[in-house]
Amino acid sequence: MKLLIKGGRLVDPAAGIDRVMDILVENGKVRDVAAAIKKAANCPVLDAKGLVVAPGFIDMHVHLREPGQENKESIASGARAAVHGGFTSVACMANTDPVNDNRSVTEYIIARARQVGLVNIFPVAAVSRGLQGENLVEMADLVEGGAVAFSDDGCCVMKADLIRKALEYARMLGVPIIEHPEDHSISAEGQVNEGFISYKYGLRGILKAAEEVIVARDLILQERIQSRLHLTHISTAGSVGLIRNARRAKTPVSCDVTPHHLLLNEERVQNYDPVYKVKPPLRTEADRLELIRGLQDGTIDCIASDHAPHTRDDKDKEFEYAPFGVIGMETSFPVVHDRLVRTKLLTLNRLVELFATHPARVLGLKDRGRVKPGYPADLTLLDLKKRFKIEESDLRSKANNCPFLGWEGQGAVAYTIVSGKIVYSYKNR
Amino acid sequence: MKERTFRQDHLLGIEHLSVDDIETILETAEAFIEVSSREVKKVPALKGKTVVNLFFENSTRTRSSFEIAAKRLSADLINFNSSVSSLKKGETLKDTVLTLEAMNPHIIVIRHSASGSPHYLTTFARSSIVNAGDGFHEHPTQALLDALTIQQRLRTLRNLKIAIVGDILHSRVALSNILLHQKLGNEIALVGPPSLVPAEFAKLGATVYYDIRRGVRNADVVMMLRVQAERGARNYFPSIREYRNLFAINRDIFSLASKRAILMHPGPINRDVEIETSMADSDRSVILQQVTNGIAVRMAVLYLLKGEIHETLN
Amino acid sequence: MDEKIKAKIMDDKKMKRTLQRLAIEILERNREADKLALIGIQTRGVHIARRIQVLIKELEGVDIPLGILDITMFRDDLHRHEQQPAVKKTRIDFPIEDRDIVLIDDVVFTGRTIRAAMDSIFELGRPATLQLAAFIDRGHRELPICPDFKGKYLPTSRRERVKVILQEIDGKDEVLIMEPKGF
Repeated sequence: MKLLIKGGRLVDPAAGIDRVMDILVENGKVRDVAAAIKKAANCPVLDAKGLVVAPGFIDMHVHLREPGQENKESIASGARAAVHGGFTSVACMANTDPVNDNRSVTEYIIARARQVGLVNIFPVAAVSRGLQGENLVEMADLVEGGAVAFSDDGCCVMKADLIRKALEYARMLGVPIIEHPEDHSISAEGQVNEGFISYKYGLRGILKAAEEVIVARDLILQERIQSRLHLTHISTAGSVGLIRNARRAKTPVSCDVTPHHLLLNEERVQNYDPVYKVKPPLRTEADRLELIRGLQDGTIDCIASDHAPHTRDDKDKEFEYAPFGVIGMETSFPVVHDRLVRTKLLTLNRLVELFATHPARVLGLKDRGRVKPGYPADLTLLDLKKRFKIEESDLRSKANNCPFLGWEGQGAVAYTIVSGKIVYSYKNR
Repeated sequence: MKERTFRQDHLLGIEHLSVDDIETILETAEAFIEVSSREVKKVPALKGKTVVNLFFENSTRTRSSFEIAAKRLSADLINFNSSVSSLKKGETLKDTVLTLEAMNPHIIVIRHSASGSPHYLTTFARSSIVNAGDGFHEHPTQALLDALTIQQRLRTLRNLKIAIVGDILHSRVALSNILLHQKLGNEIALVGPPSLVPAEFAKLGATVYYDIRRGVRNADVVMMLRVQAERGARNYFPSIREYRNLFAINRDIFSLASKRAILMHPGPINRDVEIETSMADSDRSVILQQVTNGIAVRMAVLYLLKGEIHETLN
Repeated sequence: MDEKIKAKIMDDKKMKRTLQRLAIEILERNREADKLALIGIQTRGVHIARRIQVLIKELEGVDIPLGILDITMFRDDLHRHEQQPAVKKTRIDFPIEDRDIVLIDDVVFTGRTIRAAMDSIFELGRPATLQLAAFIDRGHRELPICPDFKGKYLPTSRRERVKVILQEIDGKDEVLIMEPKGF
């Protein structure tokens, strides 16, 4: 099986490439990358003229809900949504039912993913058994079973002693700990960002400090432990500042931000529409702008969607009773490209780093995140001129809790290629 | 006399009312006060209309007040009692309301512990929605009846200093009153411990005081809020005893207010907790007048809302 | 709707004479002045009633009680309006029971206002007699109602409108017939 991708503009930040290149794919791997590759007989050609070719995008934070909540999403529907959004790999969080805190669940997810095909799925296992925050999971066994990272996402590891031990133990295994930074004693029953808006609309608030105290705590621990710490979905200017300072002090840390925290602020909750109910909550405009600065100066490594599907009924409720979360895999690239790259807040090269290069590095996926002979041929092809409008009927996810419905702009995923196979094409939607 | 127009489909909160709307409601309420003084306390204004009282929180006073208001206007009334509600059986609010709407009511009066529930109803219901208190958000008819009481006692609603004392953070009565007096351009003083009176309330045009004496000084209206023992349990303050020592109103403190000042409380009052019992019964206390005015204000609201079944947006 | 004046029916002098006659007629019919009370219908009926009250005081030296009635809540067309009509004040400070009540309005037309006023009054008590005084009767009755006292009978067409202009509201006294522009 061969495929020649011809005439596309290859943007591969890891290799420092941004120019028109041909890519020859054979048996699922990249065979050759060169300025002009001659078409061999019987080799299908994908005309990529006018398109951008990027290393396959990686969404390092999604919830696929399987096993246990297949009414919200499944590995199959999640995979279809992923490739629709241009993602060739996703890392799925452990808060399934049962929790992914043992090797059999990890192996189940991998087996299901293999049956579905379409997209690479990398399970993230829990840090603590049952996400209870008390006892460590069998990390080495899980790594052997295929877990790429550990996270109690959905919950924070509240005991400082436990996160300390997790970081120390994970250091031996060389895998990252992904922290969901939220001090639950502060956030409690909070619904939205605490401040003027929460007071005016009578909604219980979540202080920014709920996130920042955990960010600070983990950074202090990490300063000595020097493990691999990743802080996910950071949302406040204070967190950006703490991480920026830690990096200056050479403390190893990485972090990601979601498209919704980059593009929306707390004012959206004024009509009590539960689609804007997320954790961490949408913050102030000043926070949003500082998150963008964090992307610009390199403090923030990745953009991850925190794709959190819920059924229509789950979200069709009183604001207080609706669950947290939005879906995002299918909208991340178009909204971020249109609102941040087209507006020149970010370069295209930076966007590819945030969507591919860095997530591969953070998750330790050694042969992904760049286009290089011998590596799996995971590629995302983008049509930056193509207009888009986000419509509910286009979503592949089972869920529709998308805060960007109706948004229009420019820049769409053209093809998603996983292991040399075209798994999504905008031509035959 | 200026002819006023009232064009609201719902009463969700003071937030959405113009000063003109507020004045229209108060003028209409004044006209309805007379009805309640008659021997036959009934007019046929809402004959043939159906009002649903949909109360998901215990509230005998507000529910009865709406009930009497609807009946004095000759409306048919359905009381949907939460204790026997199907919500306990797992029915959603949406399904409950859709079921009730199948009976073609004109107005739904809702009291719910989740902020924004009345707004949520407007996204699918066809009736006019009246907010009778939603979570920590708004309680617009309370603020309106308070305003009517102030107007009766002080003969004006302008150039006043309104002091509100207590748990501002969790009080829908406080928020609706703050929004109302902000619209009318009155000076607003909020008094309580910082845990219950966040400094951000200043953005609503209020001044925040931690010393009740300073907050009440020269006030024309002193509005006390009910203090919930539960807040103490959650460490918003250390004890009821300490709260009383710092924030209860007594004759001594009330004497710092203006000479004509009135004392208000949305009820039910905690005697000798937030309000010294002799103060509650003094001639400066208008607490019972507030209750009486509640009926007229709610009659006005039920009357002014079109109450016609309108087409839903989707 | 744009309107123009079709005719001026009365000026201030004529209005004054008409009111005097109405006051005398009311007194003649109701010999027991201590049982008599006037109720003006909001808004213009109230001013006319007040003038009649003053004229009766001048003629007989007695103070006849005056009440104000707003009939909005008793209208039979509330459900037809896009927007609810403004409710004005009702103030009747005397017992209606066993009194001779004269209901006063500026113009009687279909009779529906008077019907609403009668309903409203019977909610307040049971008068001995209920009489109706209309400053202008312009015909077109839809209900079996006939004024006991009328200032002037003024035949009009339905598309016309009778305007009783009053010093208290408009700064002068006159009666006009208006018609839609373009006729």
